Amino acid sequence: MLEIVTFSLLNGIVYGLLLFMVSSGLTLIFSLMGVLNFAHASMFMLGAYVSYQIGRWIGFWPALAIAPLVVAGIGALIERYGLRHVHRQGHVAEILFTFGLAYVVVECVVMVWGRNPIENRVPAAIDFPAFWIYGTSYPAYKVLMMAISVGMFAFLYLAFRRTRLGLVIRAALTHPEMVAALGHDVPRIFVLVFAIGSALAALAGVIGGFALLTEPNMAAALGPIVFVVIVVGGLGSIGGAFLASMLIGIVQTFAVALDYSLLDLLTALHLTLASDSAFHELAAVKVAQAAPLIPYLLLVVMLVFRPRGLFGTREA
Amino acid sequence: MKAGGLAGAAADRPPIAHALVSSRGAPWLAAAAALVVLPYVPGLDGNFGRSLLSQMGIAAVFALSYNLLLGQTGLLSFGHAVYFGLGAYASIHLMRAIDGGLPVPMALVPVAGAASGLFFGMLLGAVTVRRAGVVFALISLGIGELVFAAMRILQGFSGGEEGITANRGLGPHPFGFTLGPQIQVYYVIAFWTMVSALLLSAFLRTPVGRMCNAVRDNPERAAFVGYDPVHVRLVAFSVAAMFAGLAGGLHALNYEIVAAEAVGAGRSGAVLLMAYIGGVQHFFGAVLGAVVITWLQASLSDYTTAWQLYLGLFFIAMVLFAPGGLSGLLLMHRPILRTRAFRRVVRAYAIAAVPAAIAACGAVALLEINYRRATQPDAGAIVRLLGRDLDTSTPWPWLAALALLAFGVLLLRPCVARVRRAWADASEEARSHAGQGAAR
Repeated sequence: MLEIVTFSLLNGIVYGLLLFMVSSGLTLIFSLMGVLNFAHASMFMLGAYVSYQIGRWIGFWPALAIAPLVVAGIGALIERYGLRHVHRQGHVAEILFTFGLAYVVVECVVMVWGRNPIENRVPAAIDFPAFWIYGTSYPAYKVLMMAISVGMFAFLYLAFRRTRLGLVIRAALTHPEMVAALGHDVPRIFVLVFAIGSALAALAGVIGGFALLTEPNMAAALGPIVFVVIVVGGLGSIGGAFLASMLIGIVQTFAVALDYSLLDLLTALHLTLASDSAFHELAAVKVAQAAPLIPYLLLVVMLVFRPRGLFGTREA
Repeated sequence: MKAGGLAGAAADRPPIAHALVSSRGAPWLAAAAALVVLPYVPGLDGNFGRSLLSQMGIAAVFALSYNLLLGQTGLLSFGHAVYFGLGAYASIHLMRAIDGGLPVPMALVPVAGAASGLFFGMLLGAVTVRRAGVVFALISLGIGELVFAAMRILQGFSGGEEGITANRGLGPHPFGFTLGPQIQVYYVIAFWTMVSALLLSAFLRTPVGRMCNAVRDNPERAAFVGYDPVHVRLVAFSVAAMFAGLAGGLHALNYEIVAAEAVGAGRSGAVLLMAYIGGVQHFFGAVLGAVVITWLQASLSDYTTAWQLYLGLFFIAMVLFAPGGLSGLLLMHRPILRTRAFRRVVRAYAIAAVPAAIAACGAVALLEINYRRATQPDAGAIVRLLGRDLDTSTPWPWLAALALLAFGVLLLRPCVARVRRAWADASEEARSHAGQGAAR
């Protein structure tokens, strides 16, 4: 039992950190520009595919550094030559633009790498057991995933708190007009933040690509969960996004390990439910089966009881 | 005197005739006549044509209901298929009950879809419409994923990915209406499409329908005149959900199968694309979008598997350059229709169409070669395009496509300038006409 708890907790933390890497970029872009970027999960997918390709050419370690940079460049181009033009038409047009972009990115990925999942294996360099607990090994690449995400956040936190550029970006989050009046190029800050957010998502894609399945559907699978994270955490709150990511990551991982249903609970309490009753099917659903539902249930519960999210400053 | 009075009344037209001939009634009569005649028009009178028309009808009802949300109330939803799908499920279960002996004619099945849509619209709307804008968009997406995941789990109710089936041929057959041949199904769908369009249009003329527009444009002010924006949004949302459910019922009737994808994100996205590409500012824009997209999908999917890519690019182009959609582009020409310079505009369009077609050919060839090589690796280097085999192991097909694209774009630039000039002249002329009219 303790073994299951430990492993679920470790895997949950890895998954939660991955979610946070994607959702922190989304929340950053949202709070600076007010844009709900539907193509954000597409950047995650691009990160996985691009790193796979570069990894095949020149190896995993350079790919780990180059792929996020390539995707950051793509993000910057999207902001500069796409989003900036729809900006004056309002937020709905911006959302629709990124929504259309998500369609196109999926098809472009299909055009380059095909429709089937690619064989994005864990690179040999990090494919060994990191440590043993309870007689079972824990793979090194998951440890690396944790290390990279934590290291990235430490770096970003310091960059935002201790550098002049970080100061300007933080100022632009709350007072864009004042920052522009002081002579800073706010549109360029938009491009920069969009690129940073894309790079974060891509980095998550690089290390998440071989943990999850690298296929054209992976953006559509992750995207909605990331949106749930930023609503539950509170729109625009990085701390909230962190807490919500960990919460969803850990709860969902534990749920997958639970092979019980409401029916089992009722049986344990010596209650019986007629097998032809309408609720029988509902009660027979195992928690593990219902795991994909959990983030969205959390979203609805949150909206009913605390619409502003965990740490939100404005009401959702 | 009496005769003179009658003549005068005739000149003013009696009220009923007035309603029918005036700008309000005439389009409806024309639309109804078109719906009756269309399945006998050559080219559409086969099984393919009639089933295409049926699909267009279903899509039109769905897109109209979406337009009530996005166009009229300003609610951008990414989960509208929830109500479509739940309506479809209610209908398919009713159809199964009819198959089991319930004495209800199949043509009334969409009513169950509408009822289901309305019920779930009111239920889920109460949670989702508290905020408009970005937050509403996010929540609708979450609810959509929730319902989709639930439908995949509850296999007994939904049949999961495989879906559940029913037979529309059973039950009572009033007037010998068996719903066996596609033409009969088409007429049932056409009837409900017409009814939905009339009811939705009537809804927009009611005070609460007008308030939807007010809440879209300025919720604070709407609240100030005494209408609670949340309440107005809930009404609009429920009505939209009801018609989405009705469209779902038509879907169940037409296909006799409903699967979990009926509530999925793909369908929600598709209706958004239809309504937006058609144009959200005009009532008929949604119908136009539904008809055009359904037609393109049916006719293009035979030739290319990259259909989604073209749709996505088309959608992005509309967002960037024509936010009014196709209907907006068409109606843009109304003021200059009577001007002399309009002929020059048409001529400029015709000239610009040539390089645009060349560029499009190059771009399509380029995309198709890449797409097929990636998705059909077994086919080897030979790509069959427009009935010709191209050997893509040599660089020539790529170079030729690139050259076409570059040549087209290069030629297009002066043509676009020409269109701009003609347009400027025409609108100048239209303005001066309007000025003279006002002066008189």
